[in-house]
Amino acid sequence: MIKIQLNEVPLELQSEISLHQLRDQQQLDADILIINGFPALEDRQLKDGDQVVMIKRGYIPDAEQLETLMMARHTPGVHARIAQSRVGIAGAGGLGSNIAISLARVGVGQLVIADFDLVEPSNLNRQQYFIDQIGQPKVTALKENLQRINPYVKIDTFNGRITPQNLNQVFTDIDVMVEAFDAPDQKAMLTAAHLQQSPECPLVAASGMAGYAASNSIQTKKIRDNFYLIGDQITAAQPGQGLMAPRVSIAAGHQANAVLRLLLGEKPE
Amino acid sequence: MNMHVNGENHQFDAGLTIGQLLKQLELQPDRVVLELNQNILNTTDSINTELHEKDKLEIIQFVGGG
Repeated sequence: MIKIQLNEVPLELQSEISLHQLRDQQQLDADILIINGFPALEDRQLKDGDQVVMIKRGYIPDAEQLETLMMARHTPGVHARIAQSRVGIAGAGGLGSNIAISLARVGVGQLVIADFDLVEPSNLNRQQYFIDQIGQPKVTALKENLQRINPYVKIDTFNGRITPQNLNQVFTDIDVMVEAFDAPDQKAMLTAAHLQQSPECPLVAASGMAGYAASNSIQTKKIRDNFYLIGDQITAAQPGQGLMAPRVSIAAGHQANAVLRLLLGEKPE
Repeated sequence: MNMHVNGENHQFDAGLTIGQLLKQLELQPDRVVLELNQNILNTTDSINTELHEKDKLEIIQFVGGG
């Protein structure tokens, strides 16, 4: 008996069989055949332990199929836990757009994204937007991009300014809150309001990621219970020290990983 | 009076307000989050709050960029 994985699902074959025989037997209308991560250009016998992926060019899997395919690439047990989660992201700039994409890719079930801004040409230096999205509200453009990655993530958007008064109406029932604003007074406002109003809900904020200083100066620190701050806490965006894609993405990666660890019951720092 | 600011012991004149302390430290009130004796303050409402002996104040400063 030969045990293989076909499209990430275990399959036991009773007898020796070739790749093309398996495709015909499974009635898969596939034109791309991959064995153990490499495109199989010719037919060959399948061996025990082979990982076979058969897909049709341009085919869009349904929610359940995509979940199976993505789950296989994640650590066991991770997907089931985060698929039920809902994460709030305040700000859809360099931090927020990168964080949202990471969380959608990893399979967080629901995102709530708030921003008041439009996509501007200068944003393309670090934010996850495209040149044909200039002028669109960031939340609209980001939702569109996220749905192109994984249409089965539920995304709520709020196109407006977050204030201490509307914070809890916008970010309802969230498991983790992310501060991803640009302006320092907005960062401080959101952090103080969230810590006062929802101390039981973890907050992952960021401060200090401008320029191109050493990557390892960006750190994840616990400030108090349920409050984590990411960045070098020093390098402000200012004339002569702009915000650049690599370091902003590093901070966003820290934030997304902190969210993931919190959702999985681990300490972020 | 003796106070803890960001984990370190400091001497200040009695009657010092939060606004005066931030000014001494050259910090802008709208860019910080303050935790006084474990409680998060609303900074703008606390500018005239007087600090006391043995208070523990944490100042979390935010810089721009995101």
